[in-house]
Amino acid sequence: MRYSIFSLARQALHRHRGWGPAWRDAEPAEAGYDVVIVGGGGHGLATAYYLARVHGLTRVAVIEKGWIGGGNAGRNTTIIRSNYGLPGNEPFYEFSMKLWEGLERELNYNAMVSQRGVLNLYHSDPQRDAYARRGNAMRLHGADAELLDRDGVRAMVPFLDFENARFPVQGGLLQRRGGTARHDAVVWGYARAASALGVDIIQNCELTGFLTDASGAVTGVETTRGPIRAGKVGLAVAGNSSRAVALAGLTLPIESHVLQAFVSEGLKPVIPGVVTFGAGHFYISQSDKGGLVFGGDIDGYNSYAQRGNLPVVEDVCEGGMAVMPMIGRARILRSWGGIADMSMDGSPIIDASPLPGLWLNAGWCYGGFKATPASGYCFAHLLATETPHETATAFRLDRFRTGRLIDEKGVGAQPNLH
Amino acid sequence: MRIPCPFCGSRDSREFVHRGDAGPARPADGADAEAMFDYVYQRANPAGLIREHWYHAQGCRNWIVVERDTRSHAVSGGAWPGPAR
Amino acid sequence: MTRRATGGLIDRATPLHFTFDGRALSGFAGDTLASALVANGVRLIGRSFKYHRPRGILTAGSEEPNALVTLRTGAAAEPNTRATTVELFDGLAARSQNRWPSLRFDALAVNQLFAPLFVAGFYYKTFMWPAAFWEKLYEPLIRRAAGLGALSMEPDPDAYDHAHAFCDLLVIGGGPAGLAAALTAGRAGLRVVLANDDPRAGGRLLAENAVVDDVPGHEWAGTAIAELAGMANVRVLARTAVIGVYDGCEYAAVERVADHLPSPVSGQPRQRLWKIVATRAILATGATERPLVFGGNDRPGVMTASAVSTYVNRFAALPGRRAVVTTTSDSGWQTALDLVKAGVTVVAIVDPRRIAPTHHAVTTLIRSGTEIMLGARISDVFGSPVRKVEVVKSNGQVRRLACDLVAMAGGWNPAIGLGGHLGARPQWSAEKHCFLLDEAPPGLAAAGAAAGKFSLGKALADGVAQAVEVCAALGRDCPPPHFAGHDEPADGTPFWHNATPLAMRGKAFVDFQHDVTDSDVALAAREGFTSVEHMKRYTTLGMATDQGRLSQLNGHALLAAATGRAIAEVGTILSRAPWQPVAIGVMAGAHRGAHFRPERRTAGHDWAAEQGATFVDAGLWKRAQWFARPGESDWLETVNREVTMTRQGVGICDVSTLGKIDLMGPDAAVLLDRLYINTMSTLPIGKARYGVMLREDGFVMDDGTVTRLGDEHFYVTTTTANAARVMQHLDFARQVLWPELDVQACSVTENWSTYAVAGPRSRALLAAALPGCDVADAALPYMAATTLRWNGGPLRLARLSFSGELAYEVSVPAQHGDVLVRHLFATGRAFDVVPYGTEALGVMRIEKGHPAGNELNGTTTAADLGLGRMMSRKKDYVGRTMAGREGLTDPARPALVGLVPVDRTSRIRAGGHLLPPGAAATAASDEGYVTSAAYSPTLGHPIALALLANGPSRHGEHVIVHDPVRGADVEAQVCPPVFLDPEGTRLRG
Repeated sequence: MRYSIFSLARQALHRHRGWGPAWRDAEPAEAGYDVVIVGGGGHGLATAYYLARVHGLTRVAVIEKGWIGGGNAGRNTTIIRSNYGLPGNEPFYEFSMKLWEGLERELNYNAMVSQRGVLNLYHSDPQRDAYARRGNAMRLHGADAELLDRDGVRAMVPFLDFENARFPVQGGLLQRRGGTARHDAVVWGYARAASALGVDIIQNCELTGFLTDASGAVTGVETTRGPIRAGKVGLAVAGNSSRAVALAGLTLPIESHVLQAFVSEGLKPVIPGVVTFGAGHFYISQSDKGGLVFGGDIDGYNSYAQRGNLPVVEDVCEGGMAVMPMIGRARILRSWGGIADMSMDGSPIIDASPLPGLWLNAGWCYGGFKATPASGYCFAHLLATETPHETATAFRLDRFRTGRLIDEKGVGAQPNLH
Repeated sequence: MRIPCPFCGSRDSREFVHRGDAGPARPADGADAEAMFDYVYQRANPAGLIREHWYHAQGCRNWIVVERDTRSHAVSGGAWPGPAR
Repeated sequence: MTRRATGGLIDRATPLHFTFDGRALSGFAGDTLASALVANGVRLIGRSFKYHRPRGILTAGSEEPNALVTLRTGAAAEPNTRATTVELFDGLAARSQNRWPSLRFDALAVNQLFAPLFVAGFYYKTFMWPAAFWEKLYEPLIRRAAGLGALSMEPDPDAYDHAHAFCDLLVIGGGPAGLAAALTAGRAGLRVVLANDDPRAGGRLLAENAVVDDVPGHEWAGTAIAELAGMANVRVLARTAVIGVYDGCEYAAVERVADHLPSPVSGQPRQRLWKIVATRAILATGATERPLVFGGNDRPGVMTASAVSTYVNRFAALPGRRAVVTTTSDSGWQTALDLVKAGVTVVAIVDPRRIAPTHHAVTTLIRSGTEIMLGARISDVFGSPVRKVEVVKSNGQVRRLACDLVAMAGGWNPAIGLGGHLGARPQWSAEKHCFLLDEAPPGLAAAGAAAGKFSLGKALADGVAQAVEVCAALGRDCPPPHFAGHDEPADGTPFWHNATPLAMRGKAFVDFQHDVTDSDVALAAREGFTSVEHMKRYTTLGMATDQGRLSQLNGHALLAAATGRAIAEVGTILSRAPWQPVAIGVMAGAHRGAHFRPERRTAGHDWAAEQGATFVDAGLWKRAQWFARPGESDWLETVNREVTMTRQGVGICDVSTLGKIDLMGPDAAVLLDRLYINTMSTLPIGKARYGVMLREDGFVMDDGTVTRLGDEHFYVTTTTANAARVMQHLDFARQVLWPELDVQACSVTENWSTYAVAGPRSRALLAAALPGCDVADAALPYMAATTLRWNGGPLRLARLSFSGELAYEVSVPAQHGDVLVRHLFATGRAFDVVPYGTEALGVMRIEKGHPAGNELNGTTTAADLGLGRMMSRKKDYVGRTMAGREGLTDPARPALVGLVPVDRTSRIRAGGHLLPPGAAATAASDEGYVTSAAYSPTLGHPIALALLANGPSRHGEHVIVHDPVRGADVEAQVCPPVFLDPEGTRLRG
């Protein structure tokens, strides 16, 4: 049933008894599939959707070990932006931003894409110049970027500590088209739209191995619900990419790290868009429900535990109090931890794996949510055409060997510093 | 998290810097680029026990090898990485 | 007033005055805000989140979802404060929230009319058209309506503190089980911390008419806590909630130091975060009573039965005069008895079970006129506040009973949230009808009601037993004490759902604050959101400020019923920290404002301040940026003067922030050769050499100088920014990579003060300042170093130059740093010496084309910076192999060049991108970027350093500096990066 105010009103008259499941809870098909996507998060479901929608492939399944959206798709801070500086990244993220801008009508699902702006504060001249370099790069790639001075920042977010700060705010890099989207709705919207196009979404189906032929090529997956044959297998399990490829005897230039995030009790609106503190690890937005959604740095040690420790909790709150001490009496309601595929240069991988038949979508670090639409689009393009999408040509696995790295932070092969 | 420093005893993880997997060994002089690539970039990234390098930056300033489970964060040992002196 | 004349744990001799929505009210010491409101007959406290339904007080604890107020005023205003946890103080001011214009007449209560539309997840299905309306219309409306209380928008005026504690046993909770455990362990001599959320020890003993060791329960608790407080090995933390369990047996607890006072006394924090490392911990957090799901169960006047008992017994405040008690557990009958004892008419007790717990209860209630309705259930509630209830009797007959209070007892959920913080999944107990900790986190064990031991006697015994177990594990002999408590009936059979169709009753709430009803759960199931996590996210059930403590199990039971599964199969959601909402301020502690991060100052800081320095942040360091003189109109004039006077005469700059490492041992030279791209082992004693080190991935890590002070003694400097990282790298190399090398290293950054003395007159100045030291070129040529005695200590003099002038670096132990700089300036007055700051330093290094932080940005190779020839081919070193990859040796890589604006008055800014003249401003034309830029007073025009594709082969070409975020394009000519004295005659002079 198409979603609209009219169908909602009609259903209201019938006590909403007419709504069916948002997506089909499918069983694995015996005949197998053209493509099996491992991972029912935003990236996996978006990939399946674009495979069906753009490339006409409908023998597609998404297998998910738990419930869809239960990994990082449901454990992030919902920020969307395309404010990257390097030519390997920016065209991709700007493509993603453009997909966000049309996503809800495309999916007929309100994902609450809200372009209220992303403001990165700077606190020193070198930081200002680095942001200028980044903002100029964004403009060259057709994205929007503005460099605000202190007065410009004050006009937008007057409640910052401009007076007593250890590292006074000097200005900020603003992307007005950046903002937030409702993370769960993105998952459910893609699932519903993909399911409507014939994609099988198979929950509680965990990858346990790969089917291979005599040549070693991957021909399907072994799962807790039995073997599933596939023409191609695409991995979209960021956070667990290393574990998945280990089943095929591969290793990746990736470490798994935990990133914590926090939400406060509901408050009347105070934070206009997304604000990031440039002299500490802290960023914040406010959800439509009123919760302050904030976070900071990764914990810094390898982890699959989906939870972190106190030092980062303190560090994040210190950053918050340093830049906006008016949030001191707001209360943290809930925290969570997501496991990020921290790649060795801080940028993702969308590429063939060394094994024929197995394809990779991995290494999203702590920035995968904003990439969801383009990641799905580009991975679908790669799976369908076996050539990289024009905006994702730099996300090659061999770049670590060739040295054509995409290192935005410039910290090198040390994942916990990206 | 508590890190068992073989020199200082059980200390708060806040005193340490984490580097990562202690498994990969730096190839000897003259090793080929592929061996160096593996050392610098490839990670087993296990879900389970890992031996990793931590630096007691705010303590004795020794690098130590800590054994830890990446699923539970349970720390099961800490040792000096070099030969006995 | 509904206050009882006697009884209760309040101090009638200490009346307290407070206001609620401006109305003057009074209570007593010992009251909570909620109990005082009950005692004053205030029944409407707040409005719900979505429908803005009127709400009263539902509970008496921290799980309260409805009675949320904004406490205090002005900058101290604290939104969303649960009235049930606020200790009353004189002058307290509270306001209701989420209503406009007033609590009684809330305009947004109109939302209730749209309730048929506003079902779970309705917003995902609409507000999509037209697209532009989302940010402009729909979202602002939704945002304004959502949220609960409002922040003051002023900086938090209070201070917060952090403290550490270490103990053998942490007891979480000061109820019967917790007190029994703490007494047992404390008497056995263990180091015990007892954290009790309540200001008063006793837990449910304070709310019930129980007896322990033949004295009233609250008296026993008072004696127990006094005994504990008197033990040297026990620390009692009252008003302290444990909010998180972390790895390594670390527990976070928040002590509300001053929240019960009008404001913190001077010097006192409002709250304190305790970080407690406990070998073992006992979770004695009790249990939370479940509401029942029936029509109108959210109306003001409907309360949990345990809350009713608490208000009646502990606070002597009567929440009503005519009560109906509906219960599925034996404890509800006790509440009915409590009410009768307090003189409240209990109209009926409605229990869906068919057997009463005790004959005594039945006879007592019947004698007082209570109708006993077994096998019956409440289907609906009317009135706001409550006026009557509709009861469906066991025979199907429907009765309406007039009342002003409904007490509901739906059974008990052990408060095991903390037990799930490390990932342990609670297990369903079919016997106890609740989730219990199956495997607790390492070191933690539940006791008492938190372990499903709901009767008093069992809870006391369990507290003792758990503490005995801890004592045994820690090798303590411990004679177990016995505390006698009555084993009252504590059974129950849950009754999850009211079967009356929605059409025939009001909404039945599962999550009160978020207005999630039984119908919403059913809708979620219908739409396929059948995982508990999907249902939670789709309906928002369990995401309110109580984090599902009241709502979760009821919701999961309804979901189980809707999907034909057992509760055990549906499972539950793991609790995550914090167990109770906790102020952001207390987690930050003192680290805010100027104290956000420590400030590092050099020994010459005070002297620089006296000279009128403006300071700039360099990491944690404060460095002098420039020294303005009276009459100078702006910083640029000042910096131009500092540069010019240095280049023409002599200037002094404090460079003490550079990282400094002392390296000693027979293998020190070997180690340096492995760390630097160039060779250091050939360095003669008394000489210095510039060096570059790479990361193992082949990119530049840092640069600096190495000075050989002795055969086995080197002195290494790093950039200010990378000091810690280089030290760490060096220690890794000598401890992990090559432990066989005999070399020791020590950071001496803080130990030495270093001043650069630069300019053509620097030699003359030093000759005057350091008589007896031969500073002639022959004795101390470029890159030579010497050590002498000065002021009773060593002084290291090295002829190093960053400015490109004849220059020296003078270092003394930091305790002499202030004396030295004053001495150099006193001597230098005769030479017209000028202090210069980091800005002039930067200008001079750009004039000389030296790479610094902007160029050492972690993505440049030595070749990119024009230092490729330094890379030794004769030895191995860190980064050598990876630096040979095609991506790092590509000749088209952007490499260091100089830029000069074609129009000499145009300014070039760092961060501008480089485009070929005439090219479209698109990414395809992007050829590099400006890394550093300055006005060169020496040359009289702006200059810049840039990384340009094929740069070194393009000297003389023109490029466009494209900087759309700041200004117009500027055309510039490419030139070599060294603008001044490329032959180096000045520095060798």
